[in-house]
Amino acid sequence: MSDKIKSTEITDKQVYLNRRLFMRAAVLAGTATATTLLYRRLNPQPLKLAEGEKLDDVVKVTREEASKTGYLVDEPQTPLASITNYNNFYEFDTSKSGVAHAAKGFVTRPWAVSVEGLVNKPRVFDLDELLQIRQEERVYRLRCVEGWSMVIPWIGFPLHKLLEKVEPTSQAKYVAFQTLLDPNRMPNQKFGILSWPYVEGLRLDEAMHPLTIMATGMYGETLPPQDGAPIRLVVPWKYGFKSIKSVVKISLVADEPPTTWNIEGPDEYGFYSNVNPNVAHPRWSQADERRIGEYNRRKTLMFNGYGEQVAKLYEGMDLVRNF
Amino acid sequence: MSALPNTRRMTSLNFTKLVIFTNALIPLALLLWDVWRKNVGANPLEFATRTTGMLTLVFLTLTIAITPFRKTFNINSLVKLRRMLGLFAFFYGVLHLLTYIWFDRLFNFISVGKDVAQRPFILVGMIAFFLMVPLAITSTNKMIKRLGGKRWALLHRLVYFAAAAGALHFWMLVKSDVRLPLTFAFVVGVLLAHRLLVKYFPPRSSQSTELFPKD
Repeated sequence: MSDKIKSTEITDKQVYLNRRLFMRAAVLAGTATATTLLYRRLNPQPLKLAEGEKLDDVVKVTREEASKTGYLVDEPQTPLASITNYNNFYEFDTSKSGVAHAAKGFVTRPWAVSVEGLVNKPRVFDLDELLQIRQEERVYRLRCVEGWSMVIPWIGFPLHKLLEKVEPTSQAKYVAFQTLLDPNRMPNQKFGILSWPYVEGLRLDEAMHPLTIMATGMYGETLPPQDGAPIRLVVPWKYGFKSIKSVVKISLVADEPPTTWNIEGPDEYGFYSNVNPNVAHPRWSQADERRIGEYNRRKTLMFNGYGEQVAKLYEGMDLVRNF
Repeated sequence: MSALPNTRRMTSLNFTKLVIFTNALIPLALLLWDVWRKNVGANPLEFATRTTGMLTLVFLTLTIAITPFRKTFNINSLVKLRRMLGLFAFFYGVLHLLTYIWFDRLFNFISVGKDVAQRPFILVGMIAFFLMVPLAITSTNKMIKRLGGKRWALLHRLVYFAAAAGALHFWMLVKSDVRLPLTFAFVVGVLLAHRLLVKYFPPRSSQSTELFPKD
């Protein structure tokens, strides 16, 4: 307005202020974008599952059969998106939402499983041969030692069918399992988070039980990498970590084999690790669980609800001592 | 440069605060957005708990990083950001505790008590939280004056105990991969060690440094 101020000077200040405003807007937008990207990187979004191969000729169980055998749990099944984006598979990632991303592209062909040890006919089975064994659907509860659970429609075959092929000798009392050891394909094996390879074990009678299966698929398709492709153990009455994934070796042995989580924390994870609401984990209760997709907590069932089928395996055993 | 009348101008300090304030709220905004569009994964409660807990630790660490950075790089104005960072730590701590008591335990305090008895890491977390409460309460200028600088500074050393308890809380709940909790513990340890070192072995050209913020 005033004549004392040169018009050029006013314009200069305006330009200066505009530039300053622009710079500040850029800083604000830039940092906000960086923070958003960092948050997204640290909290990966659920991964849309690549379609697996269809598994045909899967034998389904009838409801009458199921009530006796425990082969089919009559509870809502956990959505595939949850089963494939909420995984404990430390070989890939220790964050449950990160496993799907880290395991993407894991090559599972060719794949072979060696069945050896105290057997008359040790053999290496190609995956295709194992897929020739009659595949059955089993809808099981899965209870994680961390206090959450799912209901999963597995496809697979009873482990005893495989063990019978190699004819265990009379000295065989336990079965030891081993996951693939390949730090190039399983990146976290480069770090000493657990003692690699992951190993698990069962007593022979547990391994021979009809509920114990080797799973090759779920929801009608082959297993995705994050859920233990191409073949994994499923023992529904034990905590999830017993159900070892991506198995390459099964040995029949005379003595109780070492198991990974037991090595990691002997007072926290026992060899048996049967689901037991009465025996608390040293750091948390096992009396209840959160079923994925449900809001309220559920009571945890003895032997994960499979007591009718498996309680007799443990008759006379102190389940508090043999946790 | 003359101040321009009728032009709202923001000081550099206020702008820096605005940047921090905005960025500190972005994780919360993203979390709420993901909850609203049901995109928080298979276990939303665990996700919300973990995210708010992690943010509490991050802001606690940033808060105690201010003084060492200020002294090392001689940027005294950094202290003016400390209160905001500390209050964000408290803010996310409140959300973390609320997520647990509200959504995990449905305000059932008997269940909270039982849970605390069975899971010691929750107790440690609660201790960490309650150590932050007096710090948040005495964060205003008025309270600083009322307490007097020395006493205020002494009280606010509790932040190191809160940070250490927070890192321990995190470490205790992890099953086996302790890399992240150890990182927090390490950073907290280094920052605390720096404070102790400066206190007991002051550098020769020791400048007088204010112990409490003036703004």
